[in-house]
Amino acid sequence: MTTPARRSTGTTVIGLVLTALMLFPVYWMLNVSLTPQQDMRRTPPDLFPLHPTFAGYQAVLQDQLPYLLTSLLIGLGTVALTLLISAPAGYALAKLRPRGGGALSIVLLVAQMIPGIVMAMGFYGIFLDLGLMNTWWGLIVADSTIAVPFGVMIFIAFMSGIPDELTAAAKVDGAGTFRTFWSVILPVSRNALVTVSLFGFLWAWSDFVFANTLDSGGDWRPITLGIYRYIGNNNQEWNAIMATAVVASVPAALLLVLAQRYVAAGVTAGAVKD
Amino acid sequence: MTLARADRPQRSPAASRATATATAADAGDARRRRLRGRLTSWAFVAPLIVYLAAFYLYPLYRNLDLSLHHYTVRSFVDGDAPFSGLDNFRQVLDDPTFWPALRNTMVFTLVSIALQYGAGLGLAVFFNRRFRLSGLLRALFLIPWLLPLIVSSSTWAWMLNSESGVVNYGLHLIGVAPVDWLTSPGWALNSVILANIWIGIPFNLVILHSGLQNIPGELYEAAALDGAGAWQQFRRITFPLLRPVSAIVLLLGFVYTLKVFDLIWIMTKGGPGDSSNTLATWSYRLGFGSLLPQFGPGAAVGNILILIALVFGLLYIRVQRRQEA
Repeated sequence: MTTPARRSTGTTVIGLVLTALMLFPVYWMLNVSLTPQQDMRRTPPDLFPLHPTFAGYQAVLQDQLPYLLTSLLIGLGTVALTLLISAPAGYALAKLRPRGGGALSIVLLVAQMIPGIVMAMGFYGIFLDLGLMNTWWGLIVADSTIAVPFGVMIFIAFMSGIPDELTAAAKVDGAGTFRTFWSVILPVSRNALVTVSLFGFLWAWSDFVFANTLDSGGDWRPITLGIYRYIGNNNQEWNAIMATAVVASVPAALLLVLAQRYVAAGVTAGAVKD
Repeated sequence: MTLARADRPQRSPAASRATATATAADAGDARRRRLRGRLTSWAFVAPLIVYLAAFYLYPLYRNLDLSLHHYTVRSFVDGDAPFSGLDNFRQVLDDPTFWPALRNTMVFTLVSIALQYGAGLGLAVFFNRRFRLSGLLRALFLIPWLLPLIVSSSTWAWMLNSESGVVNYGLHLIGVAPVDWLTSPGWALNSVILANIWIGIPFNLVILHSGLQNIPGELYEAAALDGAGAWQQFRRITFPLLRPVSAIVLLLGFVYTLKVFDLIWIMTKGGPGDSSNTLATWSYRLGFGSLLPQFGPGAAVGNILILIALVFGLLYIRVQRRQEA
């Protein structure tokens, strides 16, 4: 018989092996980003960055900085727009219960299921008409459509859990509905605000299909197009491509380190209520 | 007015009775207050309604409009394309690409979600055991899901490169001849499925894991006392009790996988030929993939895709509602 402690160690080892297997592509991305260009097509490939070079990262600084800044701008803009629309709506649907609220929830669920390419094609015509093509604010509007339905549903789920006594107390103190929302509901909804902001940012940062359709010729293009242009040029400098990929992954990594519990909450809230 | 009728189910019988016995003045006052409350609540929802109409409904309408007219680049800009009824749909259905694309879409979606679910379930059961570092490792498993799709797609593309890819090198080590993962028609679809499974495992793992934690531990203790082994416990307890969560993961996975576009487009552009072309990539290829865009047929394919997504989406909503009830 093995002792529980030893069995637990064995399980940890298996867990480490599984995680290593799963994360191999991520490791490979890092490894290639540090591989000198002349070693790129060597057989066998270098399994470890034995002669690391930062030439790829220098290329990122040279070529990709404007793209990264644009993505930052678009990500922040998308978060702002998403919160502005979804937080009040979530509050109303959770607490004020307007007529037709149930139907609206179904509309939001369905909205999340519409393929991005269909939306992109619809936006294409609209953006041409309105002259929004190749603008960063147009892309903010398009990117926010990924996050708004999700945001409203997170806020509904979270705000339904806020005890009614809290809002009733605010009402007794003479606060109107808007005051209550602003100074009572929003502060206690911090977790929901963080979750929606994180995902809104990450999705806007990662968006490719809207960017490629609506902003492929603009002066302000996001990092996803920066990478795509690298690949599309049939550029064989894979260390630069992978270095850009590493840099483009930074927000995802930060998110995981700083806000892991919110991430798991966000994944789950999208699928199962409570 | 219909307002009162819609309100009724939400009010408890006690509350209605209280309203009925109130004096007339109170009732008037209450009604006014209720009306104001209703207006306020609509003020909070109104931005969302306007937003949905402008940025969801209108693009969808434009897309439908595109699929019902004969658009060229010129008429796209001028907006005077002639109405063509269902011609675009007919053209798309008669196109030799349609059936292969539909078949690829189904293979891509079904194989992806089946293997994602299998791997996710196995990992969820594994991580449900108590061991050191389990929380940290589970968090690391989320990484593939969080990476921008262009990052994971281009990494996989380079790993699967025919000459210099690390996957072919691994095959070489075990004595298998190199495979043209992305450039041979026989392998391209499998390759994008492989990458897509990798991206989808975390989603399945997280949701199934949270489902597992809702299964009471006493059930397993009782089963162990009755002499049930690990496999028996999985078959008789875990799997049946996880069925509602599984239904949700699979249906949602289906709807999400159906619309995967970035990954395939970045790795193979649907090629070589049509070998990894799905409805999503075909639609984009028609609309934006060439110098001579066919917006009408592209939009028609997009609308067919929406139709399939909606059928399974509504099924998902029904399953979810029934579980809540």
